[in-house]
Formats: sequence, structure tokens, C-alpha cells
Amino acid sequence: MSKQHDVVIIGAGPAGLSAAIELRKNELNVVVLDEFPRPGGRLLGQLHEEPTGEWWNGIKESNKLLAEAERLEANIQCEVSVHHIEKVTDGFSVHTSKGLHHAKNVLIATGAAESAAPIPGWTLPGVMSIGAAQVMTNVHRVKVGEKGVIVGVNVLSAAIARELQLAGTDIHSMALPVENIVSENESNPKKVMERLVRIAHLAPSAFIKFGSKFAKAEFVRNLALRFYPRGGIKMWGMPIHLRKAIKQINGTDKVESVTFVNVTPDGDIIEGTEETVECDFVCIAGGLYPLAELAAVIGCPFQYSTELGGHVPVHNEAMETPVDGIYVAGNITGIESAKVARDQGTVAGISIAKALKEDESLNGKLLEAMETVRATRAAATIQFHPHIDEGRAKVSAAYEQL
Amino acid sequence: MTNRRIEHHPVLGDLDAKSTVTFQFDGRTYEGREDDTIASALLASGVRTLRKHEESGNPRGIYCNIGHCYECRVIVNDVPNVRACLTPIENGMIVESGKVQPSPLHPENEGPLPRTYAEYRKWEEKQNE
Repeated sequence: MSKQHDVVIIGAGPAGLSAAIELRKNELNVVVLDEFPRPGGRLLGQLHEEPTGEWWNGIKESNKLLAEAERLEANIQCEVSVHHIEKVTDGFSVHTSKGLHHAKNVLIATGAAESAAPIPGWTLPGVMSIGAAQVMTNVHRVKVGEKGVIVGVNVLSAAIARELQLAGTDIHSMALPVENIVSENESNPKKVMERLVRIAHLAPSAFIKFGSKFAKAEFVRNLALRFYPRGGIKMWGMPIHLRKAIKQINGTDKVESVTFVNVTPDGDIIEGTEETVECDFVCIAGGLYPLAELAAVIGCPFQYSTELGGHVPVHNEAMETPVDGIYVAGNITGIESAKVARDQGTVAGISIAKALKEDESLNGKLLEAMETVRATRAAATIQFHPHIDEGRAKVSAAYEQL
Repeated sequence: MTNRRIEHHPVLGDLDAKSTVTFQFDGRTYEGREDDTIASALLASGVRTLRKHEESGNPRGIYCNIGHCYECRVIVNDVPNVRACLTPIENGMIVESGKVQPSPLHPENEGPLPRTYAEYRKWEEKQNE
């Protein structure tokens, strides 16, 4: 037997919870589904120092949203996996591991997943995604190992490397993977350097120091890369290598060591420079992409945008998709900070309430919430891509053209 | 026994007191904290290998830790393919690692019987030799 609601929200992260709060303020019947054992989504694991010196503590931020949602008596169900959405008369059936839910409107706020960056040896126990290490360390409070190496140099891996250090885990170094058909841009030192310099002005304190070591002009960057120290440049005492890459992970039944090799500024291997470093875990950081399968099965058209992290369901600024009754919010619409996701959730909540109650008085509130998203985006400390606005414009244009 | 639990943290503070949950993994008894998943409780005790690859037998552990990759699938109370990273531990829970499965279609495991008519003709010739 299916349960009837006004709205089913898929994902109890910052976007899903904020939307639930708005919907409950409008006294609508809402259920929030999430497959993780506790609400908060990927926000739970976040922990970094803002440029103001204050700590952004994901568990506290999640608890704030959760407390508000619970105060408003939102129905939040964890350990429920959603595997299908089906169009039925007067709404949608949402198929889950614990039965069916039925609603006129569905908000898909499934967030992001990590891109895999396979290198030889990556299936050994002890190799995990950087996000896995983050959740294990900050949410479950379990050390992922004694000494590790991080494969992939980007904002996310730098932030999480710091979190692992804070919890007393020794990070030997961060380095790029040796170039292969999958890694491409993640393994080219020139491209990685370019991205790091572009984000340096936006990122937390230690990253600013790292970025400011290189001038912005390309020729200076290339020179810097040519003379980039073989010992790496240290951030929080941890070497970041751009002229040494990780060739493979070694071990019989678990991670025992990794093999580094020197590379040219273009990422080509310099033969005969292999060096083995002992460690008991390896984190792979391939970046994030929008987790959008459920939008695809219900028929949302997609737009590709490098700036947003991949294929995103077409939507407008009010978080509506071209499929009547299907809304999106959070990282499924593009990879951005949890604060942006939270504010997008508010927009989606107001947007759905406006449609359901046919209440034009919510218009002002909706415009205000949309303005908040723009302001939060502009003030973001960590920007995953420097041209987010271009990506957003591309998706909006795709919506208008339909 | 290994203890990888992060009891103290400079920003997140000390770990709250939680009740202890006892469960079994491959016949051995382990303890975890209430709110632990199978994966976190086992890793806290130093266990990384959660299964053997069905065909190759290579050891596997967690990869994504949030339910996307299915690398951590284990058998829980006789139910196969349960994700260790999303499943909270419970007292008395019986967890078993994933094992190598028979692969009758693998060339090395094939019996002497022919699969195609051409093979049948060869097989028949051999029988008559």
C-alpha cells in the first residue's frame, strides 16, 4: 500500500531539509527519504576553517536544520533507498526499499557522488575515495589508517586532507595520478596548477599561501612548475607534489605502499625514477559529479556543463524542471557549497508551496529566496569551479528553449 | 585488538558516551558503538577486508562509504548484498563476508561436455579414438 503525501523529498541533506522546513511552514504534508542512517547528507562530514577564523562544522549545521525540521514536525525517514520514480495519474509513485510513496510533487535532492580515478592497485582494501575517509573520520570517528597518501590535488582533497590531520592521521603527501585514459585533466600538472591558482584567492588561509607562491601569468606558472621542488610544496606541513605522480598502489591483501614516479610539467613519466613509500591507506580524489539518475528515469532533459560538474537536469531558478511536479535542489543541479544547496532547498520549498496552494502571495518570498542563493554563491569561500555562473546560465538557457 | 576510534578531536570535541553493540563477523565477535555502521565498527577494530571478489577472490573493502559503489556488500543475517557502509550494527547481528562464487561458465571450470555442435563433433571424435 502506498503512502500519500503532498511532497516526497529525496535526500535529507542541506537542500532536502531546508525544503522540508519551508513546506512545513506552509503546513504541507511532506516526507523526506534518505538511505544514510542519519540525516544531513554530505554536509555531516564537513569541517573547515573559514577565512574569518571560524570553523564550519557540518554536524552542527546539520543538527540546526534537523532541529528546525523536527520542530515543524517534518516526517524524515532514514535507511530508505529510492530506486525508481514513476508517473501515475495525478502525481508520482516513488519506489523505495521500504515500500511506495505517492505525491503530486517530488523534490530530487540527491546531491553528488565522487568520480572514480582508477589507478593500478585501487581495489585493495585500504584504498578509498577521499569522501569515504571524511565520513569515516568526522562522522563515525574512526581513523582510516596510520599513514596515507592522497591521489588527486583539488579543493576537496586539500580540505579533507586537513581534516584527516586534525583527527591525528598522518598524511605522507598529496600527488597527482599518473596520466591514464580516465584521469586526463586530473593528472596534467599544468592544468591542475592553473585551477589551483584560480581558486587560491577564494580558499581558506593555508590555501591562499599555497596559491600566492605562484603568479597568475601563464609563463610564470610554467616556470614555477619547471622549478617546482621535487620534495613538493608544503601546506599544513604536508607536501603537495606536482612533479611526482603516483603510478600504482602495492600490497597483497591490503595497501602496503605506493610507487611514485617523477613527471615532466606536462605529466609525462620520467623513466627510472620510481620510488616506493610505505603507507596503510590511500585516498583517491577524482572530484564530484551531480547524482542525477532519478531525474533521468522520470524523464528530465539534461544539460552538460563542465562548470557544474557534469550532466545536470534542466531546471530554472525556481528549481522547477520541465517535468511538471518534479523539482531539483542542491548538488544535483551543480557542484557547489553546502550553503548554496541549503538556500536552493529553501527556493524549492517555497516554489512547491506556491504551486500547490496556488498562492501568489508567496511570489515575493520566492524572489527573495532566489536572491539569497545568488548572494550566497557570490560569497562562497570554496568554489568548486571558477565559472559557476556560466554553467548556471547554460542550464537556464536550456530551460527557456524548451 | 586494534582501536582506531578517534576519542578526542581538537574541533569536534570528545566522543559522547554511547552504548556498546556486540555483533559477529565471520564467526568472530566484535564490539562497536551504537550508531556505528558495519563498516565503521569493523574498521575501528582494524578489519579492512569485507569480502572476496566473486570470481577472482581478490580482497575488497569500503570504497565510497556512502552507498554508491556497492564495494562493501556483505551478508547480514542471511541476506546477501547488504551495504556495510549504510547498515547500522545491532546486537546479535550475524555478518558474513562475501565469498568467491562458483563460475561454471569460466573456461577453466568447464567440464568435458561440449557447448556447441562443432565442439560436439570434436568431442565425439575423441570418444571414438
